[in-house]
Amino acid sequence: MQISHDNTTCSPIPFRQSLATLANARRDEDIVITNMGSSRVWPLIEHHRLDFHFNPSTMGGAIPLAMGIALAQPKRTVIALSGDGSLLMSLGSLVSVVSARCTNLLIILMDNGVYDVTGGQKTAASDSNVRFDDIARSIGFKTVVAFQDSRSWHDQAVSFLQSGGPGFCWLKVEPARPEDMKTRQEPLRHQIDRVRRELAK
Amino acid sequence: MVFSGKEIVTELTSLGITHAIWVPDAAMGTWESALVASSGVQLVRVCREGEAWPLAAGLILGGKTPVVIMQTTGLFESGDALRNILFDLDVPVISIIGARNWLNTGSTDTARRFAEPILKAWGFEYQLVAADSDKPEFSNFVRRCLEKGQPGAVLLAE
Repeated sequence: MQISHDNTTCSPIPFRQSLATLANARRDEDIVITNMGSSRVWPLIEHHRLDFHFNPSTMGGAIPLAMGIALAQPKRTVIALSGDGSLLMSLGSLVSVVSARCTNLLIILMDNGVYDVTGGQKTAASDSNVRFDDIARSIGFKTVVAFQDSRSWHDQAVSFLQSGGPGFCWLKVEPARPEDMKTRQEPLRHQIDRVRRELAK
Repeated sequence: MVFSGKEIVTELTSLGITHAIWVPDAAMGTWESALVASSGVQLVRVCREGEAWPLAAGLILGGKTPVVIMQTTGLFESGDALRNILFDLDVPVISIIGARNWLNTGSTDTARRFAEPILKAWGFEYQLVAADSDKPEFSNFVRRCLEKGQPGAVLLAE
């Protein structure tokens, strides 16, 4: 089911389930960049040599970082996960991605309307009907999809990941569970060394 | 401006720079046509300076050698992104910071006044290039930073 303009009609996708679907759909050679809320939950689901959990980070930094990897590694698909709070701080980064013709970059927006890592406060867009898919489409993303139920995302995740980039997927998700926000992560500098080493192979 | 577009492309190419990530200002913006024409340095345009630092980090992770180009105002604006990339991630990004009104003696521009104090506060090395006689210091400084794997900023007088 695509996201309706009346965003009260459907139950959003459970946060952890949305990531589990992605973990099942991604290919072994794909690079996944998580950030903020997703960086806390993803390690509960998946451990992969190419994944980078960009936290602590500057909000909005995940998409540019993924874009840099995509430009440097054009034969690999890079999947960047961003929360809506982070994307709202850096909407221009979507324009930068298209401007640089990052055809191997896919962005997945985890939109739950709140700042998960600070306790679930509303974003400035929480009470409005911002159409992130329309924004991405108008910027020029080649593939733009939007889902607000688990079944649709489950059925079409592989198709999205195999679509041509730059791609943008808008997922309406539930806030993450507070207990999942406490995940301990591999230290950033260890991750840097690991990813550099893997990408140099 | 100390360097013309053609000169800066020659410098960057000789240093092995692969990507120039920028938000231009009026002075460094004159380099655009030379950067676009370059076969060795790919110009990457970003919308806001805060994008430039993580983008450079991603390029470095992927095996490339980028340089970030922005005005002092962009340096101020993107401070948290710089902090995260240079100090949390410890990724050694090289930058060229255009020092607005540096050559305008008597200027009261606060962007001029805060340029060096802000760079000093971050605590990484920087090199002022303010005159033609300083030109050799540009490549010497960048090469040293690249060899040591450390961040560094060229403060380029405008």
